Amino acid sequence: MSLLSVENLTVALPPGADRPNAVEGISLSVDAGEILCIVGESGSGKSITANAVMGLLPKGLPITGGQLVFEGRDLRQTSPEAMRQLRGQRLAMIFQEPMTALNPLMRVGDQIAEAMQVHGAGANARKRVQELLAAVNLPDPAAIARSHPFRLSGGQRQRVMIAMALALEPALLIADEPTTALDVTTQMQILRLIREIQSRRGTGVLFITHDFGVVAEIADRVAVMQHGRIVEQGRAEEVLNRPQHPYTKALIAAVPHGASTQTAPAASTAEPVLRLSGVKKTYRRGGWFGGGVVIPAVQSADFTLVKGETLGLVGESGSGKSTLARCIVNLVHPESGEIRFHGTDLRPLSRSARKPFRQRVQMIFQDPYASLNPRRMVGEAIAEGPITHGTPRTEALERARELLALVQLDPGAMTRYPHEFSGGQRQRIGIARALAMRPELLIADEPVSALDVSVQAQVLALLADLRLRFGLTMLFITHDLRVAARICDRVAVMQRGAIVELGPTARVFGAPEHPYTRELLESIPGRAWTPP
Amino acid sequence: MEAAKLPGFLARRLVKAVIVVLAIVVCNFLLVHAAPGDPASVMAGQSGAADPLFLEQLRRQFGLDQPLHVQLWIYLKSVLMLDLGFSHRQQMGVATLILERLPATLLLTGAAFTFAVVGGVTLGALAAQRVGTWADSFITVLALTFYATPLFWVGLMLVLVFSVWLEWLPSFGMSSVGVPMQGIEVVLDVARHLLLPSLTLGLFYLAVYARLTRATMLEVADQDFVKTARAKGVPEGRITRAHILRNALLPVITFAGIQAGQLLGGSILVETVFAWPGIGRLAFEALLSRDYPVLLGVFFCTSVIVVLFNLATDLLYAVIDPRVEVG
Amino acid sequence: MRDFWRRYRRNKGAVVGLVALLAVMFMAATAPIFFPGSPWDMAGAPFMPPGEMGMLLGSDSLGRDVAAGIAHGARISLMVGAVSTICALFVGVTLGAVAGYLGGFMDDAVMRFTEFFQTIPSFVLAILLVAIFTPTIGSVVGAIAIVSWPPVARVVRAEFLSLRGREFVQAAEVLGKSRMAIVVGDILPNALSPIIVLASLMVASAILLESALSFLGLGDPNLMTWGFLIGSGRSVIRLAWWMSVFPGLAIFITVLSLNLVGEGLSDALNPRLARQRGGSA
Repeated sequence: MSLLSVENLTVALPPGADRPNAVEGISLSVDAGEILCIVGESGSGKSITANAVMGLLPKGLPITGGQLVFEGRDLRQTSPEAMRQLRGQRLAMIFQEPMTALNPLMRVGDQIAEAMQVHGAGANARKRVQELLAAVNLPDPAAIARSHPFRLSGGQRQRVMIAMALALEPALLIADEPTTALDVTTQMQILRLIREIQSRRGTGVLFITHDFGVVAEIADRVAVMQHGRIVEQGRAEEVLNRPQHPYTKALIAAVPHGASTQTAPAASTAEPVLRLSGVKKTYRRGGWFGGGVVIPAVQSADFTLVKGETLGLVGESGSGKSTLARCIVNLVHPESGEIRFHGTDLRPLSRSARKPFRQRVQMIFQDPYASLNPRRMVGEAIAEGPITHGTPRTEALERARELLALVQLDPGAMTRYPHEFSGGQRQRIGIARALAMRPELLIADEPVSALDVSVQAQVLALLADLRLRFGLTMLFITHDLRVAARICDRVAVMQRGAIVELGPTARVFGAPEHPYTRELLESIPGRAWTPP
Repeated sequence: MEAAKLPGFLARRLVKAVIVVLAIVVCNFLLVHAAPGDPASVMAGQSGAADPLFLEQLRRQFGLDQPLHVQLWIYLKSVLMLDLGFSHRQQMGVATLILERLPATLLLTGAAFTFAVVGGVTLGALAAQRVGTWADSFITVLALTFYATPLFWVGLMLVLVFSVWLEWLPSFGMSSVGVPMQGIEVVLDVARHLLLPSLTLGLFYLAVYARLTRATMLEVADQDFVKTARAKGVPEGRITRAHILRNALLPVITFAGIQAGQLLGGSILVETVFAWPGIGRLAFEALLSRDYPVLLGVFFCTSVIVVLFNLATDLLYAVIDPRVEVG
Repeated sequence: MRDFWRRYRRNKGAVVGLVALLAVMFMAATAPIFFPGSPWDMAGAPFMPPGEMGMLLGSDSLGRDVAAGIAHGARISLMVGAVSTICALFVGVTLGAVAGYLGGFMDDAVMRFTEFFQTIPSFVLAILLVAIFTPTIGSVVGAIAIVSWPPVARVVRAEFLSLRGREFVQAAEVLGKSRMAIVVGDILPNALSPIIVLASLMVASAILLESALSFLGLGDPNLMTWGFLIGSGRSVIRLAWWMSVFPGLAIFITVLSLNLVGEGLSDALNPRLARQRGGSA
């Protein structure tokens, strides 16, 4: 008998939503000692399924059909109080956002101890807490137990969450995108930890993710969800290598993978567009009575960008890659160094002296929901740059219309507002806005990391196409090595504000020289799997 | 915050408090000089302005023939020596007058504050737990009502109902006149007199705290860590107490610091309505006779109380919230 | 716009508030028609209870019509509320925008200044200001504006600070737009909703503040106000309850309707927040 079996589960959406049910006819099962991955894009209903099992669905989302059986017990017939007893003891859950999932006012140790106390297992809590913290490989468990959450990093908090979930040795662990908010190296550590604990204790794991790499890394079996339904289910290697359903095929095809598809256009001989040397930026935090903390964000990041090439700047969060990009367009003002654009140092320029260069260097931003002014129509947004620089209004609007067509959007979009568009469409609008200036150099700051994989692939293809068509030089910032491999001619790996390795993409990924590059590459989830 | 950092934190807050107090003194000084007419006659007040001898004495004392910055220095020095000037009308030092009346005001505002915070947080928490039910609507309407009612009018209406019509409670003063009493009787008598004024002053803030608590509790209830608590099987009652309420109290504390000044301002109105013998009543009397030194003294004194109170709330906040660091 | 109205209408209280507010405005506008002549003139015998001698709400100690006083008082209350709010908005938005957009030292300086004004007891300061500069309509409006700008500055600063870091503002910067164009064209329009909501609440509290000042005898001696009416009825409350009850109700209804309108605006301008609140209220 399965540890958990879900039969025909249906959860209704409130009236007026875009579909009648959040999930419909979901059937799946998890055995002890097995990891089942539910994979799907945002809005596919994967989190709803997990919450239904936990009995944590919000009031507006009632279960209207199906069966949930856990350890032979019908969860739909279980009273709320009995459900509470199960939660934490037999069923445990960890969440996506480690930064907000812990009570900020409570010591970490107390929060773990609470999980035991509320189930009457508070004796020896102190000792148990330290054992648990040690079990999730946290250094100095005694000190961590005394800390408040804000003192810990994202990875450490996620370990604390896992320790808390495991406190009473539950039979089933539900993990809702537990590594999505983490850096790759941390992600790999957490994945290994879950794997290790699960195999040591024989826990069943229901693991929710949107990332096929993660699936390849840890899943025993996979269920693929789309629009609230499971479209394909099976053993991991079956689904990954021989997907049957068209949606699964499309998703897997969209996964960016290892081999570089770029062929460097005779880069080295071309004329340099941008040359950075000695750029330094430090942030100061806290106290005007002295004693603040000084954080060097960028300290040693010299590189040259030649005409027509795409340089990828890769690194984890906090590595300084975004700060460096922002230094180039002066959104952040570096305290020293040279930023030479066709030989002119941009750094010391005044606002007005910089203005002519604004046309030639443009930027695409990460968050498609934040990068467009919500109160400005799309056409205006695209045209306003050229208008600022003296293009007549009608001409600028005419060009905006052409650009919309170029980024494959309907010209009717001109008079609509950003909120009427999806994330991928907004990112296209952002690209059109940058192109309206006819830039030579395009800085793309994580342009696809907020998008679903299938949309990601489309936007990347568009960028690759535009780049050839306009002969753009591009600085492409990303944390995702697979994306970098797909679009960049050369890559620079950043760590703690410094570029530790720089070279042609194939060389850096094929034969990394720096230990950090190696660690990054080894942390790519599902590295061993080559999508069919 | 860690206990080790507390002294440094306290020292920084004290420096800030001293700067604010100095700024208030400067503010007073500027007001006197910005007023239409001779600064001496402003400092003398209406009744003193007719007394040329007194005016001459003030001019000498504050060096009014000297440059402005010297005058400011003299004024600062005298205030820091706790000399808040002299009320010609009452023939008493302003500092003495205020100190005499201060306990009554502190009693009134303290009672009103306690009532408002305890009542408001309780009602707000109840409303948040029963969001959408009639109890929630009732509490919301109650809060809206008190929020929109002028303080002094609430006082008058309470007098009308409880003193004039029902004759349950006294309508003015702090104690019964001409009735010999001792021990517990005195306390009960003062309590009876205190009831209406503190209710009047407290109701508005009760409404404010209720609304604030309800809103922040609903906001906190939506946060991830509450879901975490639920996922580990913490019972609902404990979730509300240990997780939601504690986090929701932080904005309440911040707000308590901000509105301390309003409470003291409100006490002027309430003390006027109920003839409560505190500094608010003193300010009203000074207002009627345009006794500016007393008014300026009341302004200074209430400001200092607020600064001290803010110091206390900052400290409380720092003790509750570990994330408070420096600055 | 139609969306806005649809969302506003969903909040029943806000609709009631709007109707009540319009009624008060109507009363203010028509006061000279229904109550011609000065509200200070004697209209009948003193201390007449409501309904007698043709005076709907009774007469005061000098035989003046309380209803006439309330109608004429509405003009002063609304005017003082509106004008002082506009002045406070002007100061608060300017300071908040400077602090939030420029950041750094300017931010520190402006915020210390704002904190100072928030620390000192505002009502006591208002009394002091009006008393020292003699009670006139100008000094009352000025004093109210001086004590009510700090919350505006704080809200505007917080909005500007968060919007300044948003990517669309950075994008505008990269496009080479001028600072002024960014502040006026990109940041301000997105900061407007909280300012509008705050403004409606500020009018309400300005009216309360004005009534409190005139209750203490600090109103313009030439103008009939609600606070004055209550103040003059205070000492004779045992004799003539109507003198203080009705003007108080007028204040209550006006302030309540403004608060309700404020909530409606807030719901209509931030649809996301309204849904969070459960939509019940």
